Amino acid sequence: MPDKQKKHQHRHILGGIYAAFIYSIFYLPVAVMIVFSFNDAQRNYYWKGFTTDWYVRLFSFKNMDLWNALVYSIIIALIVTVISVVIGVLGGIGLYRFNFVAKKFINLMIYVPIIVPEIVLAVAMLIIFITIGLQLGMGTIIIGHCTFCIPYAVVTIKGRISGDNQSLEEASMDLGANRLQTFWRVTVPSIMPGIVSSAFLSFTLSIDDVVMSNMLAGARQSTLPVLILSMNRTGISPDVNALTTVMILFMVLGLLIVNFIQKKKRQKDLLLLEETEKEILAASQKAVAMD
Amino acid sequence: MKREAATTNGLRRKTHQRLPLLAQAGPVSLWMILFVTLPLLFIIAISLMSRGAFGGVDYRFSLKSYATLFDMIYFKVIMKSLNIAVLTTVSCLILGYPFAYYIARKPADTASRLIMLIMIPFWTNSLMRLNAWMLMFQMNGPVNNLLIRLHVFSNPVKFIYTDWLVFLGLVTNFLPFAVLPMYSSIEKLQDSLLEASADLGAPPVKTFFKVTLPLTFPGIFSAIILTFIPALGTYTVTDMLGGGKVLYIGNIIKNQFGVIRNWPLGSALSVLLLLITALLIFLYTRIARVEDLEVL
Repeated sequence: MPDKQKKHQHRHILGGIYAAFIYSIFYLPVAVMIVFSFNDAQRNYYWKGFTTDWYVRLFSFKNMDLWNALVYSIIIALIVTVISVVIGVLGGIGLYRFNFVAKKFINLMIYVPIIVPEIVLAVAMLIIFITIGLQLGMGTIIIGHCTFCIPYAVVTIKGRISGDNQSLEEASMDLGANRLQTFWRVTVPSIMPGIVSSAFLSFTLSIDDVVMSNMLAGARQSTLPVLILSMNRTGISPDVNALTTVMILFMVLGLLIVNFIQKKKRQKDLLLLEETEKEILAASQKAVAMD
Repeated sequence: MKREAATTNGLRRKTHQRLPLLAQAGPVSLWMILFVTLPLLFIIAISLMSRGAFGGVDYRFSLKSYATLFDMIYFKVIMKSLNIAVLTTVSCLILGYPFAYYIARKPADTASRLIMLIMIPFWTNSLMRLNAWMLMFQMNGPVNNLLIRLHVFSNPVKFIYTDWLVFLGLVTNFLPFAVLPMYSSIEKLQDSLLEASADLGAPPVKTFFKVTLPLTFPGIFSAIILTFIPALGTYTVTDMLGGGKVLYIGNIIKNQFGVIRNWPLGSALSVLLLLITALLIFLYTRIARVEDLEVL
């Protein structure tokens, strides 16, 4: 028996080492990016020495292109989040609850943006927009982003609703609430974790998107990822590393705050919040799938 | 009289149902038809048209674009893309399965923390992560320095702008896609089944191939779909790490709608990607015996 246990322990350690190796593959590029944001060199070719100049340069707003692109990306991501959550939540409920003629077809269409390579949908939209003479710009980027964010919201919400909701809603109607009251007071609160995670997912998908934004952008302004892609030809300047480092810092800080609030609130409402956390986890898994 | 009342009642119920149906399922249906169905139909139509004299489209039926796909240059690119997508997928499965297994066998609390730990680095923009790989593998970058110091090579090796580095970028970029579905499949695996197999005298290796692997197959297949299809259609990874010198299907498609302006050819290549995707999904629903794609 002890021999078996020992063998088990060995396997355990081996697994741990392997997992550490995979994690290091995931974290290595982020670490390198952060290190190079402190590199005292105009071009990121090799390590020259420590400096915080890039952060100083970043926050002295000398490189306005970078900030403009970031603001443009954030505005787009916010609008996309609102549209996708509204349409996605309604759609998730509708597609779960009702049966209608084209339901199977619509369900299929919802999976198309999730599965088909993004470039295909992007060029398909591009040629249709050009053909009908739609001006490329923020509007077309928003349409493009919503087209892949809505499906994720629908799927998230559909996974959230269950038979319980229906009986709760019926109870609410029986007690005299009208349809709208029932929607706001019963349906929405019961799927709140799903709504939060769809919003989180839409925002992250939109702000990181390259392919749609690149194909559907107008000539004047581009999003941050598209700017980075275009900088690649001449070399990405170190202040972009600095900006990205600041952004990931914000993300991790946000995550810690959410965790902290959840821990505080957990005593109050254990179940619902744990589910929110699970939903966000599931959502971020999907976000990675779209990255 | 009575019958009339019944029908108006039925009618009222119908409109009563129709309004929420329209309000809830209407917007999403409209959006999907306008911005998914129509563009896809349009791109299929364009792929069957002729190329305009000055770029764009001449609306006359032609199969020339599909014939062009068999030209040596394009055919080579297609085969190369398929090749590298298969290699990427296989590497992701081999690297990802033991990792997913390790996480799935942890207690639920630890496992969800470990999954979160996978997510965090992917919140940085994918382009910046690719750029970091580029920095590492430059001629006078850290990797070359290390290799020279370890006397593996005497001169720096040119890694950047090679298929090799693109392959590395693809694997590191798509590995989480492979890990996550396999993780959720392995997590559902019941200990009792593994114990039963062991009790019946099967050695661990046999248990793995006869029990674990078949039962987690749906997860493996969705991992295949989630890595193979994006790897086949990528152009950002090749753009960033291949420096415009490494061309795959995605780059060729993108170029047809940019500088080259051969819309029918770009559309034909897109239709090819659509067909490959559809084929894989069809196989998936057959092999994994699922009706809905929700499990993906």
